[in-house]
Amino acid sequence: MKVRSQVSMVFHLDKCIGCHTCSIACKNIWTDREGAEYMWWNNVETKPGVGFPTQWEDQEKYHGGWELNDKPKNPELKLKLQNRLQTFGNLFSNPAMPTMDDYYEPWTYKYGDLFNSPLGDDQPTARPISRIDGKPIDIEAGPNWDDDLGGSNIYAVNDPLLATMSAEEKQRLFSIEQLFYFYMPRICNHCLNAACGAACPSGAIYKRAEDGVVLINQDKCRGWRMCVSACPYKKTYYNWSTGKSEKCILCYPRLESGQAPACFHSCVGRIRYLGVLLYDADQIEDALKVPDEQLVERQREMILDPHDPKVVAAAKESGIPDGVITAAQNSPVYRYVKEWELALPLHPEYRTLPMLFYVPPLLPVLNATGANGTQRVETDLFSSLENARVPVRYMSRTLAAGKDELVIKSYQKMIAVRIYKRAETVGDVTKEEADAALAKAGMTAEEAEAIYHLTSLPNYGERFVVPPYSREGDIEEVYDPQQRKAEMGFGKRQGPQRGL
Amino acid sequence: MLEIMLFVVFPYVALAIGIVGTIYRYLTNQYSFTSLSSQFLENDLQFWGSTLWHYGILPTTFIHLGGFFLPKLMFIMHSTPETLYLAELAGKVLGIMALVGAGIMLYRRLTVSKIREITTPVDWIILSLLFGQVFFGLVLAFVYRWGATWFLHTATPWIDSLATFQPAPQYVTALPLAHKVHFLTGFLLFALMPFSRLVHIATFPLSYLWRRFQLVIWTRRKASS
Repeated sequence: MKVRSQVSMVFHLDKCIGCHTCSIACKNIWTDREGAEYMWWNNVETKPGVGFPTQWEDQEKYHGGWELNDKPKNPELKLKLQNRLQTFGNLFSNPAMPTMDDYYEPWTYKYGDLFNSPLGDDQPTARPISRIDGKPIDIEAGPNWDDDLGGSNIYAVNDPLLATMSAEEKQRLFSIEQLFYFYMPRICNHCLNAACGAACPSGAIYKRAEDGVVLINQDKCRGWRMCVSACPYKKTYYNWSTGKSEKCILCYPRLESGQAPACFHSCVGRIRYLGVLLYDADQIEDALKVPDEQLVERQREMILDPHDPKVVAAAKESGIPDGVITAAQNSPVYRYVKEWELALPLHPEYRTLPMLFYVPPLLPVLNATGANGTQRVETDLFSSLENARVPVRYMSRTLAAGKDELVIKSYQKMIAVRIYKRAETVGDVTKEEADAALAKAGMTAEEAEAIYHLTSLPNYGERFVVPPYSREGDIEEVYDPQQRKAEMGFGKRQGPQRGL
Repeated sequence: MLEIMLFVVFPYVALAIGIVGTIYRYLTNQYSFTSLSSQFLENDLQFWGSTLWHYGILPTTFIHLGGFFLPKLMFIMHSTPETLYLAELAGKVLGIMALVGAGIMLYRRLTVSKIREITTPVDWIILSLLFGQVFFGLVLAFVYRWGATWFLHTATPWIDSLATFQPAPQYVTALPLAHKVHFLTGFLLFALMPFSRLVHIATFPLSYLWRRFQLVIWTRRKASS
């Protein structure tokens, strides 16, 4: 057993209000620079919708992630993008490279015209201009262009996941009086089997052993752009000005000083949880060489119980400090992912072992059946899952590689918690009914209470259990992470500038 | 005297600048080592320009290097009319590919405003020189035919004499002007390498053929694994 520690994340989609505060917090710290304007290391998508970049989930277009060969006897993983030799053939022009058109062209406005225009009969206007060549542009796309347009037959209809759904399910998604949508904030998943790192010809992308943060060494990146294509989540971005790729760094300078990453810290809905997961690195390969429907369970198996003395001993053996083990024991992520099995990874079928997990959104499900507010909580809720307004299949395509049972199990637990708390606080549900709901979801009253607490009432320290770092001992000097703000690249001692 | 300057001193200086400069830049400013790809901003012309260019120029460069370092092998390969024809044909096809590619890249930088925006003065110099170099190379190939053989009796002994520090410029001084321009531009490009994006040649990612897919790095400690 080779124990490693990973700072992992849970996003509770039921609580996301789609305010984009996370995106702005990230943008202001890391990507308000030339060449990075179009990057949104954190973005919030409306689902169903095309996402950012447009249709990123369509891997037939972008060739991201890993593929399993179709030999069950001798399973092999390979990058969907290309093999090692093909990489050299495609070095000069990457055929699967998304271009700026797939994202959007960043713009600003000619504010100067408001002040400097000559006197005339018309109001001066500030025309939008491209932030690349300064020419006037018509703004036709943006990072959240289809915001709140779930059900739209212009935008949401192009969601790549809809291709896998039945006509009847599609009908439900687009019937005008039953429209729904939910928000999905996305950052880098800091995968265990990162496709971006595997595709990098220069070997510039690496995982920090201490906390599992995936980083691009800016000194080693040569701008071959393979990571941009290979990441199935499209979370590495090419900086068109510096000629280097960049990605979410999980605010490691903040983590190292005990703070949660900026997007976590600023989250208005408090949907985000951060904590350590201990996992067995020896199992990575085998956990990925299984059929789609087993992927989530195998990933859960890899995640180790930090309370188990055997795991603790093995973790110490593998060089994990006591403080990190303690942090793992207090990790809210461990509870959501492994203990309660509420949170699920985003598109596990890409086989990168993403370490960001989502609690599926319940609210649209709740509103699905029952006539105008006469829904009986304890009886109607469970039956509503089968004909829910969000087809369970849409969620299972997103979060469980198509395995409906996992999503249903997660939903059943969340519903049971609601029934249980309603019996306690409102009283229109009897205790017997609540107990029956708990039994059906296979959980105890204590567990329901714990889920309720961590979902609704957690304080900062419960949501973010940042492991102790000893960076001052690991590196010679400590730099002010704000020092290089608004310059190109980050963490550089010399002022980073475009090469000759 | 001029000939000594051009065909003895200049090659040595150019090589020294190219090698020392590239190493110095690598040691002091590795961050600047990148291909500075602009495919992200413009994809269609980039595909034709860059692909034709690289697939044309890389074999051409290796064939030139073969002429310098493996002249016996090249001689054997050119010793029958059939192989000589083949060599001549291959050289011309590859050269035209590179020329068309460079032409497309020049056109792209001139016409696409986003690309022009990120083009530096050095980019213009390098791209023009490369275009000119391939152009003169093709002039030699078409006007002074059978370069595959005369190369081995002019340029090869000259380079050989430079490499063994017994410079013998007389091998090339009698050649026509087009030859001389081609030779000198070649060394000039070498000298410009550390001052331009050409350094990306020096970091060709060959190790990708054998490196492990996942890199896990401890900040300081040696991992127990």
